[in-house]
Amino acid sequence: MKKLLRGKLAFLGMAVSTMLLLSACGGGGSETTGTEDETGTETEPDVEIADDEDVIQVGILHSLSGTMAMSETSVRDAELLAIEEINAAGGVLGKQLVPVIEDGASEPPVFSERAGKLLQQDEVDVIFGGWTSASRKAMLPVVEENNGLLFYPVQYEGMEASPNIFYAGAAPNQQIVPAVDWLLENRGTEFFLLGSDYVFPRLANQIIKAQLEENGATLVDEQYTPLGHTDYNTIISRLRESKPTVVFNTLNGDSNVAFFKQLADAGITTDDLTVLSVSVAEEEIRGIGADVLEGHLASWNYYQTTDTPENEVFVASYKEAYGDDRVTGDPIEAGYFMVHLWAKAVEAAGTTDVDAVREAAIGIEFDAPGGPVKVDGDNQHVYKTVRIGEVQADGQFNELWNSGEAVKPDPYLEGYDWARGISGQ
Amino acid sequence: MIMQAFNGISLGSILLLIALGLAITFGLMKVINMAHGELIMIGAYSTYVVQIIFSQYLPATMFDWYYFLAIPTAFVVAALIGMLLEFTVIRHLYGRPLDSLLATFGVGLILQQAARSIFGAPNVGVQSPGFLRGGLEIIGVTLPYIRLFIIALVVISFLALAWFLYKTRTGRKIRAVMQNREMATCLGVSSRKVDTITFAIGSGIAGIAGAALTLIGPIGPTIGTYYIVDAFMVVVVGGVGMLMGTVVGALGIGVFNTVFEYWTNASMGKVLVFALIILFLQWRPSGLFSLQSRSLD
Repeated sequence: MKKLLRGKLAFLGMAVSTMLLLSACGGGGSETTGTEDETGTETEPDVEIADDEDVIQVGILHSLSGTMAMSETSVRDAELLAIEEINAAGGVLGKQLVPVIEDGASEPPVFSERAGKLLQQDEVDVIFGGWTSASRKAMLPVVEENNGLLFYPVQYEGMEASPNIFYAGAAPNQQIVPAVDWLLENRGTEFFLLGSDYVFPRLANQIIKAQLEENGATLVDEQYTPLGHTDYNTIISRLRESKPTVVFNTLNGDSNVAFFKQLADAGITTDDLTVLSVSVAEEEIRGIGADVLEGHLASWNYYQTTDTPENEVFVASYKEAYGDDRVTGDPIEAGYFMVHLWAKAVEAAGTTDVDAVREAAIGIEFDAPGGPVKVDGDNQHVYKTVRIGEVQADGQFNELWNSGEAVKPDPYLEGYDWARGISGQ
Repeated sequence: MIMQAFNGISLGSILLLIALGLAITFGLMKVINMAHGELIMIGAYSTYVVQIIFSQYLPATMFDWYYFLAIPTAFVVAALIGMLLEFTVIRHLYGRPLDSLLATFGVGLILQQAARSIFGAPNVGVQSPGFLRGGLEIIGVTLPYIRLFIIALVVISFLALAWFLYKTRTGRKIRAVMQNREMATCLGVSSRKVDTITFAIGSGIAGIAGAALTLIGPIGPTIGTYYIVDAFMVVVVGGVGMLMGTVVGALGIGVFNTVFEYWTNASMGKVLVFALIILFLQWRPSGLFSLQSRSLD
């Protein structure tokens, strides 16, 4: 009995010390990094007192904890930067923007629940958020039911066009399809498809396979590994046997680190084959190590090195706000310009009413860091320039090719005969 | 074929390294330590910090040597945090597996968030030392030096641990307390002290695992979650409380996993391994090796 009591007391003590530790960690974090302090449901402190008429509330919904936090926190930072810029320039319709930040916690059900909270309780006029397709698909029914507005910043597999979502990331024809064309022309025709085992890689590979068949190229192998997989020895053995010239890599998250490190250890270099990735941006390169990635390729719409006057300003202000050691990247840039696109649409509509904004958004243009972007009227995706880049020793990209002009988004690949029969299902 | 055999052993060695610490904290002490993965993470971040110090304060020619300092550092840091964890949380929960499961899970989340606050949410990069680049060419296959290094590290860690447990005075005390706590206490062994030391050693070995994993995998706040299931799987299959069982379990799972993955694919391979383990545990619920004991549970 005594032992039991002691245990209970200890448990209480533990709970208290746990809370202390947590708060201590939170405090320490905000001092060291300056960006990790908003974890969860807090709003800006002056929201309650401010008159509703004077401000416009906008929702930001990204994973600030869990496995996706490593990517999504930077997008959140870029969105906050854009909001600050807009506020400094006088706000939208003369009103200041007030961000309401929520944590999706890398769990699709949490995204869906938080999106509901933002729309119903906080009554935000727009949500900027999401990263994985799973998180977008979790928010989709919620924003449709509440007639809300969601801006989504990441490249994805296409085959979707919700009237309540604006897609600021690349559709397949703005990233995957041109990359395959470029590879066929410049690097070889024997393809090895490697992806994480979930919806985006499987659908992307369906598209690539149809495209390879159309072009008479060879598919030597197609492999999927579970998300979070960390041992690529067997995959590398397969690579050795099937001898592809190109590996089209749709792995997502930490698996990329394991794959590239082990590929380099196995002594396979860019002389043997080229790996083109669609989920490895500047931020990921820092975690993988530029030494093992050097010479491999990526396909995006923006790089930190993209040479536009807007990008010079963007990179400088991003680094000034969040630290010199931070890097930008494609989804970060998309997060930044989509806030501006929305603000311009609201100005054009003269109101934050969702239907009016949606109408006004069509054809809205903005000079983004990655080149001019324009909202498409047919599918609410964005015209973007396609760029293929090569990783250099300093972890930045050297652009090898670009499409020259902003490419019209085609999420259902209707412009390609060979893509018939591919669907999201 | 040779390549696949090597891959199997290599995966087995990594599993063993991950599970060795748990074989002590869970196997010997019966603490369901869900924070084991986070102790691995701490080892990985210690390596990262040592690397940063070397690259900033020491000449470039010294850089490759950082790794030899990183391994003991990872051990010490993880052991100290393990000690703190034992002192503040776990010692109150001995004999209450469900409570310790929940408590250590919570501690794991705290440690993840702490890492995120200190090092930022994105992954950090650790550069492998130059002398581990490349591989050994034998009869037409390349065996990467890093994999060979990890196998060697596991063998050394295991031998050192076995020596410590079976040949030293402290090791004997540890085994005595784990086998029969009351009797050991009666004979004058301070079970309190032994618990702390044992848990610290188990945690320290998790730290070494973390240092080794920086060579082949990601380093981020949540990497512990990738390894925790594998670690428990190895210890349970090998037989809780048996060091030798952990070795055989790790190699067995490593080889089967590689073979199945080669025959089918990565997702299916994992499914087959788990299916095999379920069947195996029906046949031998206490694992490959089980401790013969007269104590009544």
